[in-house]
Amino acid sequence: QESLVFVLDVSPSMHPYLHHVSKATAAVLERKLFNHKNDEVGLVLFGMEETDNDLRREVGEAYEGIVSEPITLVDGELVTKLRALPRGCYAGDYVDAIVVATDMIFKKYGDGKKGNKRICLITDAQSPIKEPMEGMSMMEQVEKIAEKMEDHGVKFDAAILRMNEEKRESGSESTEILENLASRTHGEVTTVESPLCLFGALKPRTVTPTTLYRGDMEMTPGARIKVWVYKKAAQERVPSLKVYSDKAPQSDALATHVVKMDTDYKSSDDPTVSIPKAQRAKGYYYGQQLIPVTPDMELSLKFTADKGVKLLGFTEAANIPRHYYMKEPNLFVPEPGNRKASLAISALARALKQTNMVALVRCVWRQGQRNVVMGVLTPNLSFEDGIADSFYFNIVPFAEDIREFGFASFDDRPASQLPSKQQEEATDLLVQMLDLSPSDSVESLQPEKTSNPVLQRFYHFLYLKSLNPDALVPQLDETLKKVIEPDFSSEHIEKLQGLCSQFTLKTKNSTKFWKDRIEAAAKDDDAEAKPDVDTSGSGLSFDSFATRQVEEVGSLNPVQDFQTLLARRDSDEWVGKAIQGMKKIIIDLLDSSYKGNTYDKALTCLAALRSGCVMQEESKEFNDFFRVLADKCQGKRLSDFWDAVIQRKLTLISKGEVSDSDVTEEAALAFLTSRTVKEEPTTAEEAEEIDEMDALLGEAV
Amino acid sequence: MADNGDDPYADEEEEEEDEYAVEGATRDYVVFLIDAGKDMLLQLQTKRGETKTYLEAVMESITEDLKTRIISRDTDEVGICFINTREKNNSLSSEGVYTFKELSKLSASFIKDTSSLCENFDSVIGSNDGSNYGARENPLYSGLWVAQGMLGKSATKNLGKRILLFTNNDDPFENADPVTKADMRRTTIQRAKDSQDLGISIELYPMSRPGEEFNLNIFYKDMITMEDDELSNFMVGAEKRFEELKARMRKKLFQKRVVRKITFTIANGTSIGLGTYAMVRPATTGKYEWLDSTTNKPVKSERALICTDTGAIVTESTKRFTHYNSKRVLMTREELAEVKKITDVQVRLLGFKSIACLKDYHNLRPATFLYPSEEAIKGSTCLFIALHRSLIRQKKFALAFHGNSTSPHLVALVPQEEIVNEYGQVQPPGMHMIYLPYAEDIRQPEKINLSKGGVEIAAKEHIDKAMALIKKLHLREFTVYDIQNPALQRHYSNLQALGLQEDTVEDVEDCTLPDEEGMKRPSIVAVVQAFKDTVYGADHDQEEAAAEAERAKGSVTAQKRKAAAEVATKESEKYNWRQLALDGELKKLTVVELKYYLAGKKLPLSGKKEILIERILNDLGM
Repeated sequence: QESLVFVLDVSPSMHPYLHHVSKATAAVLERKLFNHKNDEVGLVLFGMEETDNDLRREVGEAYEGIVSEPITLVDGELVTKLRALPRGCYAGDYVDAIVVATDMIFKKYGDGKKGNKRICLITDAQSPIKEPMEGMSMMEQVEKIAEKMEDHGVKFDAAILRMNEEKRESGSESTEILENLASRTHGEVTTVESPLCLFGALKPRTVTPTTLYRGDMEMTPGARIKVWVYKKAAQERVPSLKVYSDKAPQSDALATHVVKMDTDYKSSDDPTVSIPKAQRAKGYYYGQQLIPVTPDMELSLKFTADKGVKLLGFTEAANIPRHYYMKEPNLFVPEPGNRKASLAISALARALKQTNMVALVRCVWRQGQRNVVMGVLTPNLSFEDGIADSFYFNIVPFAEDIREFGFASFDDRPASQLPSKQQEEATDLLVQMLDLSPSDSVESLQPEKTSNPVLQRFYHFLYLKSLNPDALVPQLDETLKKVIEPDFSSEHIEKLQGLCSQFTLKTKNSTKFWKDRIEAAAKDDDAEAKPDVDTSGSGLSFDSFATRQVEEVGSLNPVQDFQTLLARRDSDEWVGKAIQGMKKIIIDLLDSSYKGNTYDKALTCLAALRSGCVMQEESKEFNDFFRVLADKCQGKRLSDFWDAVIQRKLTLISKGEVSDSDVTEEAALAFLTSRTVKEEPTTAEEAEEIDEMDALLGEAV
Repeated sequence: MADNGDDPYADEEEEEEDEYAVEGATRDYVVFLIDAGKDMLLQLQTKRGETKTYLEAVMESITEDLKTRIISRDTDEVGICFINTREKNNSLSSEGVYTFKELSKLSASFIKDTSSLCENFDSVIGSNDGSNYGARENPLYSGLWVAQGMLGKSATKNLGKRILLFTNNDDPFENADPVTKADMRRTTIQRAKDSQDLGISIELYPMSRPGEEFNLNIFYKDMITMEDDELSNFMVGAEKRFEELKARMRKKLFQKRVVRKITFTIANGTSIGLGTYAMVRPATTGKYEWLDSTTNKPVKSERALICTDTGAIVTESTKRFTHYNSKRVLMTREELAEVKKITDVQVRLLGFKSIACLKDYHNLRPATFLYPSEEAIKGSTCLFIALHRSLIRQKKFALAFHGNSTSPHLVALVPQEEIVNEYGQVQPPGMHMIYLPYAEDIRQPEKINLSKGGVEIAAKEHIDKAMALIKKLHLREFTVYDIQNPALQRHYSNLQALGLQEDTVEDVEDCTLPDEEGMKRPSIVAVVQAFKDTVYGADHDQEEAAAEAERAKGSVTAQKRKAAAEVATKESEKYNWRQLALDGELKKLTVVELKYYLAGKKLPLSGKKEILIERILNDLGM
């Protein structure tokens, strides 16, 4: 449970940004409502016209222009309040406001450090701060506040708005004060240069880090360093929602609507018999054969390793290219409070930095772990007092994880595909023009300050739905659009177009996307309708249509074309052409099918092809094609088409029909049945492909 | 995955390869053609000092190759054929040719038969001692023909056909009838040429007989077309390949394929086509199926969704729900998909950043490799190459948004230059797409030290000692290719042992372990000691030992607890618990007394008196 008090500056200088502050703070609560509904939130506004806070009531004076909302359980009402922040009319004093917020926390939770308590200030730090009470310097006063916060375990975060470039330099005294407060309480001060950064700067919750490993990092058997290992980044995903069951009657108020997944393993001999877990073994493929491995066997045979982190050695950073990093990174910090460990890591990290080297380590995080990971340590030098030097850790691949694919060298490309000097100059200019990191201190779209737009939209939608079950999916917030689309000025766009015009890019007509295919199919339908109109409208008789010189199997009337071609006697190439054309039509039809809309036509074509092949004694042509088709369909997207084929009892051409066939009648019949009984013929390759998809989609790994 | 099953592009996976993508065969048909002539039964001294026949050595290598192949290339097909045999067994009924295994996919029995063949080779196949058939027969010629027949005629894309010929006889027609010798030589060479014309490659694995070098010039250089400069290196190369047969790694090989074709939008109206490739992905133990362990037959899994309120089976569920803002909120799958799909653009350029902006912790999952494709958009390659070169020149990467429908991310497109060495391409040209975390994903564990203190920053003397250490423990030429995954290798050798019913599981070397012997070298020990003395102080080991001893004693509270337990045990011994329990007298004891028993037995001390008594009775087994 966390309690958070927002301290928001609503002074006039903040007015241009207040709607961003509204959205960003509301977004924080929208998330809390999902994950942390027991969190408590309070609100302090300063720079207001009116004054309404406990301290003022007690002291009777001072704390002017500060309005507080008591700390309560997070709820939708507070979201509404944040979405409609009032505009203040005085320049507010954030120090006073912080004092009010701290006081609220003390009063609510009493003394002691227990619980996560946090104050989050958002200000542009443009308003003057009042002189502190007599006999005290500003710094002394801040020191006193910091001490109090520390005593009560209150963390202090601040987001300082610096969106106006002219004002960027001013208010440095404030920054110093706030940074001092934050570092004393282990909080963070973020400079916010754009509305987008504000979303990123506001943390919905402080995550208490947990260690993955505590123990020795063994450099050699005689030399160890005590380290703790944490996650440095962990992907926050869109939470998975529960499957909803509408089986329970609407009137049942107590219904949970929960659906549970029930998996039953049935004997392949007798589908009524369930096989209990203890009786199941994993079967791994060894060649074509399944090797059963029982849990006992697995336990005794499987690789195990002893807990520990061991150094293999050091190597040049270039030997571990960046794209080797496999997973989310970790951080190796010296054991907290251990001076020796801190010094040892600092010495190694700085030496690595100076020599541009990295350390290779073998890690087993838990005793008896069933695998090991190899990783690389790179230095992370500290620039802040009180923070130790540490190592970033990234997992690197094993030999088995790397796939060596070759690609043509760019130099081997035909000259037409190589850029000219002017074209290279154009991309050079492009790279300079769209520079997001023009200097060391300025960087836009920093990952650290860029919030996940999908998560923001997801929680916002949940919130809207909680108010109105029929709410529509909201547009992506304008501010967050900057993550997905560049923010170019019109002048930029013009220049950009100039640069791009240096290149000739031609989109090929392709029907490879479904929507294109559907459109193409729709056109086909139109075309199909046309001949009728034409026959009636123009003088074209149906006879002339039928006797027109058919040269290929068209998509319009494939069966007719096919038969016409087979009947042509002027050359013997027509039979082959007809069969090949028909095959292509069938494949095209299936490939372009959308929810099975082309199956009937494909089936008719297949039947025509078969009878044509029987007539022409071309059994091999048909049988080979039929087998390929079977592989293409079964257990895949087109398996329902295959069901229709079976229903029509279409199968291989057997010896009985065409004497040169190599298929017996039994085999032809069995072809259909045997194939259907076969368990989904998914090959390892396909599984791999699916894995790849998962991997690309970001679900697996 | 359930929520994104209807990605309309999901079928676009398997696209035609780009015409310029270099590619090799992804599946092999291999025939091992083995000379079983009498010279192959000569004894061979191996490097390890064992003596065996040439034939045995060859069979061992082939067995090793098969054991690797069944794991790494399980779609390959293999055939084994001997020439210069006593018995014959082949489709042409030619003398001196024995087909031991027709071309087929590998199985455990295939491998077992092959590995145990040597034991009864003489009785089953036998070597031609010169008396079995006439000198006019040409087993090499027939063998090549049989092997070619096994490999079949059909030329399939991505299929490699190979004949691997093993012999130690550099003059196959030595004993041939002088009248026909020249003819035999000519027809055999022609036969080999014909095979090669059909796309079959013939690879020679020559072995030198004791005391004489295998002379390629006699015959084989003409049979396997070779340039002169190749010839001089060939013997060395062949020996190496022979070793490689045995030493190849068990690694599942993947077919190179485009995972997905994407478009990269550089500006409105300007897009290029790219292929994405998965070059680095964690290898797994592979798919398994559940079996019934009593019959070893596959079991069928049946999944049902059951409504917990009514017990009814839910056949389709398009709605998802959660509790939010103290209400139940429902969402359809379509709505969820819509929320997640925030852009139609696949990859959108946002700008460029200095490569230094890409921090070591800016990573989430394995990178994806990008290479231009002309397929959808002509001219893509040109723009890609220009951009690639500009990025390298300016030491920048491109920042883009990858609008994948399930997990959209900011990505860094980092250019990679091609590296070629004498063996070929080491690193292809292209870009790596690195997935970047969002603000939510990044944590600040560095701050842990803020509250605990004890932070030290190294001074020059410490850094110097660390540098000396780094220099000593420098792994030159390190490459991840040298390190195999011990868990995976162990899994493969388990499968092999189970599959082939071997008595022992082959030991797998764990090459992730550091070279501990090497680290004991005095020069290294000295550097490590110097580092420790400087950084930790000279008395570090003693201090550690003392601290360790202190820990062994336990903390103050642990010590107290221990003392209390001792007291309790002592006190507890004063009572006859069993008797008290039988007499129902436990009730009369005080809670403190009852706790003596419990503490002595290390049982929980919580609860009311009745609960304590019950616990005691339980413990006494009453």
